[in-house]
Amino acid sequence: MSGRVWKFGDNINTDVLAPGIYIKLPANELATHCLESVDPEFAGNVKKGDYVVGGRNFGTGSSREQAAQVLKLLGVAAVIAPSFGGIFYRNAFNLGLPAIVSAETGEIEDGHRLSIDLAAGKITNKTTGEQLSAEAVPGNLMALIEAGGLVTYLEKKINENR
Amino acid sequence: MALTLAEKIISKACGRDRVTPGEIVTCAVDLAMIHDSGGPRRVKPAMDRLGVGVWDASKVVLVSDHFAPCTDAESANILKLTREWAAEQGVLNFYDQQGICHVVTPERGHLRPGMFAVGGDSHSPTGGAFGCYMFGVGATDMLGILVTGETWIKVPETIRIEWSGRLKTGVSAKDMALKMCAALGMDGGDYQAVQYGGDAVGALDMFERMTLCNMAAELGAQTGLIEPDETTATYVEKAGAEPGNWRQFRSDPDAAYRAVHEFSGSDLTPQVAVPHSPATAADVDMVEKAEIDQFYIGACTGAKLNDLEMAAAVLRGKKIAKGKRLTVAPASTQILNAATKSGVIGTLLDAGAGLLPPGCGACAGYGVGVLAEDEVCLATTARNFQGRMGAGSSKVYLASPYTVAASAVTGRIQDPREVLNI
Ligand code: SF4
Repeated sequence: MSGRVWKFGDNINTDVLAPGIYIKLPANELATHCLESVDPEFAGNVKKGDYVVGGRNFGTGSSREQAAQVLKLLGVAAVIAPSFGGIFYRNAFNLGLPAIVSAETGEIEDGHRLSIDLAAGKITNKTTGEQLSAEAVPGNLMALIEAGGLVTYLEKKINENR
Repeated sequence: MALTLAEKIISKACGRDRVTPGEIVTCAVDLAMIHDSGGPRRVKPAMDRLGVGVWDASKVVLVSDHFAPCTDAESANILKLTREWAAEQGVLNFYDQQGICHVVTPERGHLRPGMFAVGGDSHSPTGGAFGCYMFGVGATDMLGILVTGETWIKVPETIRIEWSGRLKTGVSAKDMALKMCAALGMDGGDYQAVQYGGDAVGALDMFERMTLCNMAAELGAQTGLIEPDETTATYVEKAGAEPGNWRQFRSDPDAAYRAVHEFSGSDLTPQVAVPHSPATAADVDMVEKAEIDQFYIGACTGAKLNDLEMAAAVLRGKKIAKGKRLTVAPASTQILNAATKSGVIGTLLDAGAGLLPPGCGACAGYGVGVLAEDEVCLATTARNFQGRMGAGSSKVYLASPYTVAASAVTGRIQDPREVLNI
């Protein structure tokens, strides 16, 4: 399974991911405005399994979880960036969207195709044939991805204790 | 083993003698603060699905601020759901349309030095002004906290920021915050803990300290902290809480920091950030004297009692420029009340300001006072990302209440010291 790369610059913030003016809309409608002020083509053309590759401090800004939720709804398989806004990073895993820290995103261009091995922390650039390294996802966050997000994770735990 | 303030609070919260930066620990949460936007309407569906309620209603503070007062049927429904959820969960610390969560929570005595607190809003580091380790999380993270009473944290390193000297008249904590955004960048905090200190910080009142810690969010830090002192203890007591043994909550003298940055408070001049990032901040003299449509004195960052007083000091006996609008949204009803009694509100209204009800107002583009296409705003808020305060093509400049008020007099970006005749 490989996906197309949508590449963005540094400091992609929560207001461009989930604009405040549309925040009252249902999440699937809000998703159609995701990143429109930086790339009007993105929301309409991104496909399930595609990857968003950002620059430094991806997801900086507000705590609004919709910023991660809209990417998930649009089918984005993972976000890869050299660093993340801390709240966005937590939100992404809570919603079952992997946020992968990699210092080697300079080797990835818009339109490239990637595949990712999360557990091993390996990114394969199918277009160039290069192997890129990424930070391994901590165990407590890997558990969230495996469960499909924090809510299903808690659901299992609560049912076990009942 | 010497510990930083952040490490001391986290150690206490996870029930250990000490923690080391980089390790992931689970902490008991002393206080969970939520608002109408990221709170009930987002956590209720999942709580219903899980069939569980909040772990301890006495440790939850709920504030309606983002959609309050409502502007249409949708926001009215959000507020209705918020009220129903509070009743259903027995949350008694519910402040409905009383102002902005970051200001209402401490002013009603819910923050005490040494607490490990979490807020469902990115400006939750504001609580660090009271010597609390307080940080912002998203709605699902908050859901986990509300049902379990705990959360995980990767123990941060501490970045120390020292401000020497004293601020000059016409310069405020907002200018300090903008200066740091420009110097360190929006990821300068790297999701670590920032601790502010030095003479210039010690001289600040609690409102100004809140502004400083609030904008730790713009530095990308997980929290911003100030060691509690007599100023803190006095405020906490006045707010009706018990400051406790606050003297223990300070960094040990030989604690280890990732970095120490030094700034001069005495040399600081008024700062202005241009669209679309707080990190563009520069001395007011260096910024193009842009024409402004709306002057906005609002938000948790810029409409506390001291902020309104700064604006009034500039506007006393003056009028705002013809054809311009100055919009003031006080941060809380308590502040509105105090500023009304002291004559500050009257001064602002005499100058030609329009008054909005306490709450987030136009700051996040959700409420009243938002911008039209291509409009330009000079605001006391914390963030000027593209489209933040309304239409996608609108632009926001950031500055202190002094600078915003002075600029409203001339109609374009203006050094407040000239209007104050300094
Ligand atoms: S005033 Fe603005 S920054 Fe403060 S909590 Fe409200 S929306 Fe956020």
